[in-house]
Amino acid sequence: MLSFLIRRLLQTIPTVLAVVLLVFVLFSVVPGSIVSSMSDDADPQVELRMKKQLGLDDPVYVRFGAYIAKLATGDFGTSFRTREPVTAMIAKRAWPTLQLIFTAMAFSVVLGVPLGFIAALRPGGLVDSAAMVVAVSGLSIAKFWLGLVLMYLFALKLGWLPSFGYGDGGLKYLLLPAVTLGVSPMALFARTTRAAVLEIMTADFVRTARSKGMSETRVVKWHVMRNALVIILTTVGLQFGGLMGQAVVVEKLFSWPGIGSLLVDSVLQRDIPAVQGSILVVVLAFLAINLLIDVLYGVIDPRIRYA
Amino acid sequence: MMFRMIAIVAGLGLALAAPAEAQTPRKGGTIRMTAPYGSSFTSLDIHTTQRAQDEIYAKAMHRSLYIWDSAEGKPVPELAKEVIVSGGGLVQTFKLRDDAYFHNGRKMTADDVIWSYNRIMDGTKAYPGARYVRIIEGAAAVEKGQAKEISGLKKIDDFTIEMKLTEKVDPGFYFFTALTSIYPADEAAKDSFIQHPIGLGPFKFVEHVPGSRIVLERWDRFYKPGKPYADKVIVSVMGEAAARDVAFRNKEIDTSVLGPAQYVAYQADPNLKGTIAEVAEVFTRYMGMNPAFKPFSDKRVRQAINYAIDTDLIINKLVKGKAYRATSWLPLTSSAYDKAMKPYPYDPAKAKQLLADAGYASGFEFEWTTSQNESWGLPIVSAVIPMLDKVGIKAKVKQVEAAVLSEVVRSGDYQAFIYSQQTGPDPLAALKCFHSSTPQSACNYMNYKNAEFDKIIDDAGQADDTAKRTQLLQKANALLYDEAPVWFFNYNKAVMAVQPWLHGVQLNATELTHQNVEDVWVDETSPAK
Repeated sequence: MLSFLIRRLLQTIPTVLAVVLLVFVLFSVVPGSIVSSMSDDADPQVELRMKKQLGLDDPVYVRFGAYIAKLATGDFGTSFRTREPVTAMIAKRAWPTLQLIFTAMAFSVVLGVPLGFIAALRPGGLVDSAAMVVAVSGLSIAKFWLGLVLMYLFALKLGWLPSFGYGDGGLKYLLLPAVTLGVSPMALFARTTRAAVLEIMTADFVRTARSKGMSETRVVKWHVMRNALVIILTTVGLQFGGLMGQAVVVEKLFSWPGIGSLLVDSVLQRDIPAVQGSILVVVLAFLAINLLIDVLYGVIDPRIRYA
Repeated sequence: MMFRMIAIVAGLGLALAAPAEAQTPRKGGTIRMTAPYGSSFTSLDIHTTQRAQDEIYAKAMHRSLYIWDSAEGKPVPELAKEVIVSGGGLVQTFKLRDDAYFHNGRKMTADDVIWSYNRIMDGTKAYPGARYVRIIEGAAAVEKGQAKEISGLKKIDDFTIEMKLTEKVDPGFYFFTALTSIYPADEAAKDSFIQHPIGLGPFKFVEHVPGSRIVLERWDRFYKPGKPYADKVIVSVMGEAAARDVAFRNKEIDTSVLGPAQYVAYQADPNLKGTIAEVAEVFTRYMGMNPAFKPFSDKRVRQAINYAIDTDLIINKLVKGKAYRATSWLPLTSSAYDKAMKPYPYDPAKAKQLLADAGYASGFEFEWTTSQNESWGLPIVSAVIPMLDKVGIKAKVKQVEAAVLSEVVRSGDYQAFIYSQQTGPDPLAALKCFHSSTPQSACNYMNYKNAEFDKIIDDAGQADDTAKRTQLLQKANALLYDEAPVWFFNYNKAVMAVQPWLHGVQLNATELTHQNVEDVWVDETSPAK
């Protein structure tokens, strides 16, 4: 297990380096610079001096080398715009994003997985059809539109929840953005769970268990659920990455102070250290969650070995 | 007079203003403003950012030497009690307030003003306010690293400053925005300042939730007696118009900038119609033409473009009436606006004739660089293309991101572009953008050069008599109209919905969202505590 973990952690290094390199190269070729985003009337000499001061006049490979060297010491650099350490900026934004993503994920798992199970246990029935309509709709609805509908309904019409903002970070502010973000993975979990359960139900080991006289409840509990969970867990892992990407839209719509909006704003303002830091943190989080999922496989199904 | 002009042309939401005048301002309450321009606040150091978004909070927290008086339509002294002009208009002596306290309790002195202006001219920082401070003698030398301090700025005593200018201009137009805010010298030099800014405005910093809001509270030692009225100001970042709409209808915010579609919807809704405040802002929207691209070097071609586009139709149908037709470069609220000017009429036959005269009877093709902006970007370009096509001109769209467009415009790397440019409040500064000595990278984006125009502008700059100066500026503006370096599209009509319990909102023609918050108050019907 330990060697597996070390091997996986080592495998992340080239992935992280590739992402950092890609971001570097992209921001070297796209037009626009921090100076032009600060002032549209900057003296050309000032522009040169500022670029020199920020190290922007060095070749890409020199800048990349310097950045990697800093990164190795845990230093994400200093924001061009706010002059704050990027780590501090990200730290401020990480908690709201984590709140949002984990609440959305909890909502989607708690609703989506049972919905898929119930649908699969009575395939073709009314519940199954209704569940699949919900699932397909959930996958098709644009987050922006859904967010607005929820705002309209729960804030404006019913007056139950605030329509925007972070407030004190409490649940009443979190609910609408989290549900907006969670509907699509909820639908996906419902579909994945249904498909997994239906497949497992027809597997040989389930037939064998039934023929041995095992009750249907025990079959579902010991065989179907456990095997389906491995598939669901894989989907959950992949969805975390997706949610981080989709959080941008939701954060913007609800004025939620997360990493997604930091990333977008930093791109618009050409704040390269902040862009690199934000992307790096998102990638690291994605890798960490997938590693965790891999570990959980073994806990759920002991047949999986970390060879 | 200026107020009258603003009121007339802007069609003020009078329902807002009238009761405000009649009532006694209430002390206390919370003002909940919105920052509607897309992204988060750029920085808590207002010297570093030229975005309108950031000045919304900065107007509450900071103060500059002058302030914009929306009622008068001009800048007036704010941190100076008296300004004495001498030296043929080139020397300004400021008698500073001796009752202005920073939010840490320290009194502002002449040293803070000098320190702030020297900082803005730091030649390694590209502070956007440098463009304004540059009018002080010796400021450019500091920027170029040839001097450490601005030579034209002299401390006479703790509350008196002498400022020597390089040109005979009204310094009020240069020192009223937050870009030239006065910082507390010693405290602002510390790293902690960026996390916890200290100003001398009516409200002091409490909290910044990046990407979400800034919270400010009343500064009890503010120098205007009895002000500010409110206890607290919250500025929420709300870039999505639809989300703002829900929040405004739900009474969660007190102000909301409206786009064209919402402008129509709010006008049609009897419950919301009375909440609209609108003003002709000092921005001109236009299509710039590169004279280095052969067809556009011919005045007749540029004029033909103006005749070929049915501008009124676009303003009415696409911009939903949320704009004023441009009659030349200077906007309606400019002190030098000439009411006698008429816009180019829609006349495709005349356009064809002009093109034929210029040797382009069979038309030509050009590349049109645009952003996605709904009011002056891709949707407008898409509507214009068939109109140009009708007279034989083919336009190919090159769509770029807004930040890239500003780079393209400054570098001259275009055949044509569509843009929104500040054309006020100072008409001399706005027209000087077309002076041949103004670099393209500054604001002469069409790289315009015309000796006759230069002469008129130079004369206007030297004129002591205001009427004479205005006359010359109108002449320059008329010449520009004839030369047509751009397609004169529209002047922005800024529209903001304001809740009925919010009073004292000013029709600021320089930017409607920039309010002198100490004059704004909320009555007891506000749902915010």
